[in-house]
Amino acid sequence: MTRRSAESRVPAIFVVPAGLGLAILLLPLAGLVARAPWTRLGEILASDGVLTALRLSLVTASVATVICLVCGIPLAWILARSRFRGRSLLRGLVTVPLVLPPVIGGIALLVAFGRGGIVGQWLETATGTTLPFTTAAVVLAQTFVAMPFLVIAVEGALRGSDRRYEDVAATLGASSWTIFRRVTLPAVAPGVLAGAVLCWARALGEFGATITFAGSFPGVTRTLPIEAYTAIGAGDAETAIVLSLVMITVAVAVLAALRDRWVVRG
Amino acid sequence: MSLAAEVTTRRGDFELDVTLEVPAGSVVSLLGPNGAGKSTLLGVLAGLLQPDAALITMDGEVMVDTATGTYVAARHRRVGLVVQDYLLFPHLTALENAAFGLRSRGVPRRAARSVAATWLDRLGVGEVAVRRPRELSGGQAQRVALARALAVEPSLLLLDEPLAALDVGTRPAVRADLRRHLAEYEGCAVVVTHDPLEALVLGDRLVVLEQGRIVQEGTPDQVTRHPTTDYVARLVGLNLLRGTAEGRVVSMGPETVVTLAHDAAGPVHVAFSPAAVTLSPHRPEGSARNAWAGTVADLERHGDLVRVTVEGPVPVLADVTPLAVADLDLAPGVTVWASVKATEITVYPA
Repeated sequence: MTRRSAESRVPAIFVVPAGLGLAILLLPLAGLVARAPWTRLGEILASDGVLTALRLSLVTASVATVICLVCGIPLAWILARSRFRGRSLLRGLVTVPLVLPPVIGGIALLVAFGRGGIVGQWLETATGTTLPFTTAAVVLAQTFVAMPFLVIAVEGALRGSDRRYEDVAATLGASSWTIFRRVTLPAVAPGVLAGAVLCWARALGEFGATITFAGSFPGVTRTLPIEAYTAIGAGDAETAIVLSLVMITVAVAVLAALRDRWVVRG
Repeated sequence: MSLAAEVTTRRGDFELDVTLEVPAGSVVSLLGPNGAGKSTLLGVLAGLLQPDAALITMDGEVMVDTATGTYVAARHRRVGLVVQDYLLFPHLTALENAAFGLRSRGVPRRAARSVAATWLDRLGVGEVAVRRPRELSGGQAQRVALARALAVEPSLLLLDEPLAALDVGTRPAVRADLRRHLAEYEGCAVVVTHDPLEALVLGDRLVVLEQGRIVQEGTPDQVTRHPTTDYVARLVGLNLLRGTAEGRVVSMGPETVVTLAHDAAGPVHVAFSPAAVTLSPHRPEGSARNAWAGTVADLERHGDLVRVTVEGPVPVLADVTPLAVADLDLAPGVTVWASVKATEITVYPA
């Protein structure tokens, strides 16, 4: 039976703004689909520039996700489990990249890791290499913007997990590393997976910090979003639209995966 | 294998202050109402809660001594813990759960699993070895949890409400089984429970904890026959009164006395069974009887009988037949006389 009461009837005044909002959200996407060069789709996707950018994006986003997992899980554990002064400050700092404009993130990375930067200077003297405008810089920029997603997801999962399992494991003689590996990690695995997917999607879509810190060199730092930006700048709307569709497909796939597997169930 | 513990610890307003001795091979039932501090004490013994002040030794080996700063972590204590909801690791099979302790102590996988399988068999759950915890019944999960704790051959076994999560139908069988396994177990064990029957069946000794203090301890027989607090008396189903005895008379307040069948002296507890109480509408005849007027406060079905709560200068519980309830027209608010024969009364020093 459908619920019919005064409270659930849509106020007439809502119809126009809600419709307008929907139009703002959906019209651009509809435009992409309408203008997509469907007949030349395969040809454009198989072109050298697109394939190179796609390969670079997949590799860098995956490497960045692995780095986020390796560093982010321990960081999340410390934020969730240990007690020390300034912990809430630290948690706040970790989430800064979430609200920072990515371009500003890129500038910050450049200042820190660029030639003459605090770390960059030392890196150059020690190893003779510099980071900016390399593939490593792309990975670093992606890691910078994506890690907060992972840390927040894993920290939430850790807070929600029942610590008494860890107590039982301790009485059974397990060391804190064994407890983490065999009890805690399996318990928070759905959270880690959800965090990793979000993290990967964010890394794949990274643009601002990457172009600022790593530039746009084909095959080295020109990832999918940068390739799309370059294409539209050069007047090649068809390539830009196809690349946009690729990114949208990935985004929708991530949303669907998270919705079915983790977000609802968790 | 024995345990000796003196523990003092504060958690907010609550203070736990107990001295507990568990002789080698014995099982102590720690009985008490919710919030008495039973689980806190268990946590301290297991090494999961750090007490403010404590001296805990197992087999003469110091586990905790706050005076010298000695503190052995849980993983090095040789303690087995089984809790109310078992906490079997959900992603591991029953066998992997049982093998967890040995694996954590560095035993190779194959050897650990073989020992774990033996324990599952011994506890009668060998056939569910490949199942995951969510596919186990409550009774099976309880046995797997026990196997997991016993597989590392702990010196001290701690059971926190081990039967509370089971449904009433399976509880007696699991309880009888648990009793048998505890009898075979060579180390010492502490069973925390709020169920008096469980405490009596499982424990060689009973320790009653109320508000962070041990209020009574002894063999099940001593404690049930001679309860010293209202909580214990209620649990074992006895009326408990306190007073000062002089000869055959115990005075409990102005004009309230109990007559005994033999002499006693000083502060005493007076205990009698609700079944020994007779209710009547008027003051009963006969001088040897103790009789007090009171008001019926509550009626409750109790097996084949009806348990009547009578309030007055001497509050008592009386078990009467449903027929008597009808005859006397008993209902809350009705005035009755409760009487007990002197020979039905047990008296012991307070």
